[in-house]
Amino acid sequence: MPRQHVTTEVNGEPQDFLCEPQETLLDVLRDELHLTGTKEGCSSGDCGACSIMVDGRLVCACLMFGVEAQGKTIETIEGMAEGDKLHPLQTKFLEEAALQCGFCTPGFLVAAKALLERNSDPTETEVRYWLAGNLCRCTGYDKIVRAVMDVAAETRET
Amino acid sequence: MDYKAPNSIDEAVKLLAEAKGAARVLAGGTDLLVQIRAGLAKPPLVVDVKNIPELRKISTDSDGIHIGAAVSGAELGEHDEVKAAWPGVVEATELIGSTQIQGRASLGGNLCNASPAADTVPALVAAGAICIIAGPDGQREAAVEHVATGPGQTTLKNGEFVTEFRLPKKLPRSADAYLRFIPRTEMDIAVVGAGVYLTLDEKGVCQQARVALGAVAPTVLLVGDGSKAIVGSSLDDAALDRLKAAASAACNPIDDKRGTVEFRVSVAGVLAKRAALIAKQRAEVN
Repeated sequence: MPRQHVTTEVNGEPQDFLCEPQETLLDVLRDELHLTGTKEGCSSGDCGACSIMVDGRLVCACLMFGVEAQGKTIETIEGMAEGDKLHPLQTKFLEEAALQCGFCTPGFLVAAKALLERNSDPTETEVRYWLAGNLCRCTGYDKIVRAVMDVAAETRET
Repeated sequence: MDYKAPNSIDEAVKLLAEAKGAARVLAGGTDLLVQIRAGLAKPPLVVDVKNIPELRKISTDSDGIHIGAAVSGAELGEHDEVKAAWPGVVEATELIGSTQIQGRASLGGNLCNASPAADTVPALVAAGAICIIAGPDGQREAAVEHVATGPGQTTLKNGEFVTEFRLPKKLPRSADAYLRFIPRTEMDIAVVGAGVYLTLDEKGVCQQARVALGAVAPTVLLVGDGSKAIVGSSLDDAALDRLKAAASAACNPIDDKRGTVEFRVSVAGVLAKRAALIAKQRAEVN
């Protein structure tokens, strides 16, 4: 099957690529576009390590074909910091050690950013439910949840 | 594998019909991509239906509410009108998977994947939802309970696919509810699911009811004896006990690590009863 030409916008820049129809968007991001911040965990939509935004919706990049991205706006972890300036969630995750091995971290950051954009004052329960599709085998989640709650509180104050 | 993303229902029907049953329809892909990855599905053609406008739309008219088969769970959950009219259908949809899955998963996919444990199906069956099916011979309608025939099996013929769900116009003093049991609090597959829709009269007597169960048989069950148990009652304890017994009696579940036969049979009765009580409370205030 010939490779298909796909035109998208990735992290604010026009981006086109060629891909096989059965390649997932995760494969394309990592292997074609070399955006390896988006991680491959389970490849079945259970772990959230490949969380990205597509047209403003949080999705798993492993559960979408690259060809489905035609005409879509994609945001990945690479677009989260502005140059050297980290996003407040990134800063807080570092300050509060809301990570250990770091493999799940890009997915958590993208998912948490999506939550705070919709809800600037989430309860702990809301944070935990929203992030239920992101698995972390190191932290036990408490530090992650606390970091997200702290960013929400600080953002509301400013 | 080839991939096509047609812009119209007719074009999709043509592509599916020409593939002679070997193609797969792609909506949210949350089941299909996993099956392809695992080698369980090897379709020569995938027809992505998300570029067909009718499949992405929610609208209301005198018939009720029309929900495009590829509308995502997140879109449905944000739709105030559907939430107000059919809270049970929306809560069943929102129980599926994570936030990420909600961004893609659809009613059409949940029905046509034909898992006995599909969460939206008992809720849609209880609601009396109809699905609109497009195919080479034109359009037909089918009650949601008549689509799946067993795990992974449907009555859809070559070239056919579900385009839309139609929820009936909501009657006064009517409401639905859906409950499921899973061993975790989130991110799991139903061990038992129960959907109930009922209508009360002005005195609070149940005029009509539909009871549906998921994950307790090869297909979702519409439990006729469940509605008989509560119609004519004011959902007093005796009626609810009859409902519980009818729901348990209808079950023919599998025995697996997520739930034994005995457990599923028992929980089906409990959930049917509790869902009926929630539907009753909702019906009393609308």
